[in-house]
Amino acid sequence: MAQMIIDTANHIAGYAAKAARVKVVAAYPITPQTTVVEKIAEFVEEGKMDIEYIRVESEHSAMMACIGAAVTGVRTFTATSAHGLALMHEALHWASGSRLPIVMVVVNRAMGAPWSIMPDFSDSLSQRDTGWLQFYCADNQEVFDTIIQTYKLCENERVFLPAMVCLEGFILSHTYMPVKIPKQEEIDAFLPPYKSGWTLDLNDPISHANLVSPEWFMEFRYMIQEAMENAKQLIPKIDREYRERFGVEHGGLIEKYRCEDADLLLLTMGTMGSDAKIAVDNLRKEGLKVGSARVRVFRPFPTEEIGKLAERAQMLTSIDRHISFGMEGFLATEIKASVFNRKDKPLVAGYIAGLGGRDVTSGTLEKIAKKSLKWMRDGKVEKETTWVDLRE
Amino acid sequence: MSRVPKTRKEMPLTPLSFPTVGSMGKTGTWRTFRPEVDYSKCTRCTLCWIYCPDAAIIRQADDSPKIDYDYCKGCGICANECPVKAITMCREEEE
Repeated sequence: MAQMIIDTANHIAGYAAKAARVKVVAAYPITPQTTVVEKIAEFVEEGKMDIEYIRVESEHSAMMACIGAAVTGVRTFTATSAHGLALMHEALHWASGSRLPIVMVVVNRAMGAPWSIMPDFSDSLSQRDTGWLQFYCADNQEVFDTIIQTYKLCENERVFLPAMVCLEGFILSHTYMPVKIPKQEEIDAFLPPYKSGWTLDLNDPISHANLVSPEWFMEFRYMIQEAMENAKQLIPKIDREYRERFGVEHGGLIEKYRCEDADLLLLTMGTMGSDAKIAVDNLRKEGLKVGSARVRVFRPFPTEEIGKLAERAQMLTSIDRHISFGMEGFLATEIKASVFNRKDKPLVAGYIAGLGGRDVTSGTLEKIAKKSLKWMRDGKVEKETTWVDLRE
Repeated sequence: MSRVPKTRKEMPLTPLSFPTVGSMGKTGTWRTFRPEVDYSKCTRCTLCWIYCPDAAIIRQADDSPKIDYDYCKGCGICANECPVKAITMCREEEE
């Protein structure tokens, strides 16, 4: 029997690391991530996890320790937030360039200054181009399932890349929800032991990630891009297989809700996707054809699926819990790029909301949708980017 | 062993290199200061051999060090670590 427990997303992430039978955890505490690695420390203390738990002096060292562990061919886990993630930045490139399937939970928190411990995606989205896959979760169940799924995905020989499993600080990290945890044997059957693509071996010594001359460098970059494309094919398959085994799925690359006949789609990431479903239900009661498309995977970006959504919808509205200063929200940019070469391209409008933990309710999303519907009927986006609930 | 790939398909996922003597050429030519061992002071403790980051010190049968000047870059760690100051760093081209 699967076990049903009620706990925070951070503790659930700890349960997932345990269920994935990780062998090495190297971590440094930072709010709001701390309780992820505290839970794991508790498991180690109780003898429920037999792992190498490395307490390091910084997040940079945490990632470097994970890299060192992963090159010996063991399953590796860590977690961080905001400034800790930023401090890891250099090491993130070493992990992806070395093709190591490390899974890291990122508990999203706004980057300072101004100082904040509340959520937005400015931390993980700043790491967009590091060669890591990025998943964004909408509830605690998805946190558990995504950690298990990403190990299976990242350890696939066609991928061999690291992944961030992102969850918003406090909205999920410290919020109790019921979560179904499958039996260990069933997880083991879904997620077999890790077989590495290459390993440091005393009997056949090699050095890795060495100096590469211009005549070879581009090929290594291309292979990462190829792996990202492969991941895009595998993610929906793995999500489906997970549903067949455990009865729960999360939409693969994009979780679509009432999109089939929708004129307007609200595109979100993370927990806003849950509020968007409520907003859609309310708007439908008023006869407005609105759907929700929650982008679950930001890297690789589901360009083709966005293109498919654009076949039916006349307008796509993105709501970003993030701002790329001097431009717009990342999601808005990616959506525009995904539909630009289509003949029947829809209108795209961008909204910035929820920065630094400001509340975004279904009501907020309904207001955004209604304004978008007006622009849709007028056939013109009045404003490329609108900041929601901003003081005058 | 030569394992240089010809096409992308033959390439490893990440650059890997296999140990070989002097894969970067004779790096001893980079040296400005040359370590000189005074064997009358040397106690055969092998610390210099342990600390040499380039494996450019050969441990001889009697545990005394022999510096491989083809690959010693002259970093001076051996001279610094030697507890009896048996290794002196001498500027190249000077006696």
